[in-house]
Amino acid sequence: MTITWVALAALALALAWPVPILLARAAWPARAPGIALVVWQAIALTGGLSMIGALLSYGLEPFGTNLVDGLRSFSTSLLAGSLPRDSGFSQMFALSGAILLGIHLLLNLATTFVRAERSRRRHRQLVALLSSPMPEHPGTRLLDHEAPVAYCLPGTTRSVTVLSAGLIAILSGEQLRAVIAHERAHASQRHHLVLLAFRAWRGSLPWFPIATRADEAVAILVEMLADDQARRVVSDDTLARSIAIVASESPDATAAAALTPDGWSTLAADSASASRRIARLVDEVKPIGFPARVFAVAAAVALVLVPTALLLSPAVPA
Amino acid sequence: MATLGELERSVMDVLWDSTDALTAGDIRDDLAHGNAEGVGKELAVTTVLTVLSRLEAKNFVTRERDSRPHLFSASTSRAAHMAELMHEVLGAAPDREAVLARFVGQVSPREADALRRILAGK
Repeated sequence: MTITWVALAALALALAWPVPILLARAAWPARAPGIALVVWQAIALTGGLSMIGALLSYGLEPFGTNLVDGLRSFSTSLLAGSLPRDSGFSQMFALSGAILLGIHLLLNLATTFVRAERSRRRHRQLVALLSSPMPEHPGTRLLDHEAPVAYCLPGTTRSVTVLSAGLIAILSGEQLRAVIAHERAHASQRHHLVLLAFRAWRGSLPWFPIATRADEAVAILVEMLADDQARRVVSDDTLARSIAIVASESPDATAAAALTPDGWSTLAADSASASRRIARLVDEVKPIGFPARVFAVAAAVALVLVPTALLLSPAVPA
Repeated sequence: MATLGELERSVMDVLWDSTDALTAGDIRDDLAHGNAEGVGKELAVTTVLTVLSRLEAKNFVTRERDSRPHLFSASTSRAAHMAELMHEVLGAAPDREAVLARFVGQVSPREADALRRILAGK
C-alpha cells in the first residue's frame, strides 16, 4: 500500500496548495461559472478524501495489501486485543488522525447546517411580521426600511425574496425585475447548500488558507450564476446598472468605518465582487467553448474518481 | 380569508401600536374597526387567542397570566425587531452568506465611490 498512500498524500498536497491557487487566479471561471463551481466542489471533496485516505492507507499498511484487507485484519486484531508486531506508533497516530479528521469534518458540516437552519427560521419569523407581501411579484415581500437591500432567504419548501422600500425607491421597474430574477435563481439553483458546504469546510480548517480562498471564489461564482439567470429576463446593461446602483448606495459603505480589523478582511475579499460582476456584463465576456467545457467536467470527474479508485483498488503491489 | 401568517402580522401591528397590554377581545375589536385591510371582520376571539399563543411560542408576545382575561403585550418593540433583522442582513457574521443571499454583498467605501462616479458619468 506504499504506492497508494504516497500517491494520495501527493494528491492531497497538490489540492491543498497549487491547484486551488491556480484556479482562484484563472480568468476562465467568470466565463463558465457553473463549470468552475463543479471543479471547486471536486477539489474540495477530493482534497478531503485524499487527506483522510493517505492517513488511512499509511496507518493500515502493516495490516494488508489494500484498504479493504487492511481494515478487515486491523479490526480482527483489534478485537483479539493484539496488534501486528511491525505496526509502530506512527501508524497508530496516522489512523487516529484519519478518524479524527473525518469526524471533525462531518461534525462541522452538521453543526454549520443546523446553525444556519436555526438562524433562517428565526429570520423567516421576523420577515413574516415586519414585511408585507408584494402581490405583483409572487414569493416576494416588501420590508419597510430605508436601507436599499435585496436578499433571498432560502427555505426547504419555499424561498422568499425580500426587497426593502429603500431599494424600490432607487431602482426602475426593469431594474427591480433584474434583482428579483437574480434572487430567484439563488433559490431555485439551491446555491445556499453549496455555500454552506464550503463555509463549513472553511470553519473546520481555519488554519488552511485554501479553504478560505475556495469559499470566497465559490461565493462570487454563485453570484455570477444568478446573474446569468437574470440576463435571460433583462438586458445585460439593466442588470449591470442595478448592481452598480445597489452597490454604490450600499449601507455597508457608510458603516464600514465601524468594522473591526477582522471585518475588513472579509470586506476586502468581497469588495471586488460587485465590480467583477459588472465588468463581466459590460465587457460581454463570451462563455468558454464546448471542448473546454467537456475537458473541465471530465477533469473534475476524474479528480473524484482517482482517490476512490486508489483506495479501493485490490492489491497494488507494495 | 387572511392566512395565519398575515393574521400574526396584523395582531403584532395592533400590539406594537398600543401603549397598554391588551386582551384578545381588545385585539379582535381593534382589528375589526380601524384596520384598513379589514382582516378582523368575522374574526372569533378564539382565533385571536390561537394566533397569540403561536406568537407567544415564538417569543414575540408576552402573556400576563395573573389577570382575567389574560393580557398580552409585544415583548420587544417593532424598531428593535427591525434592528435585529437588519443586523443579520447587513452584518459581517461569518455564517451570513449561508443563511441568506444578498443581491450585492459588502461593498467598500472606495468601490462604492468608484461606482457612483461611473453612474454619474454615463
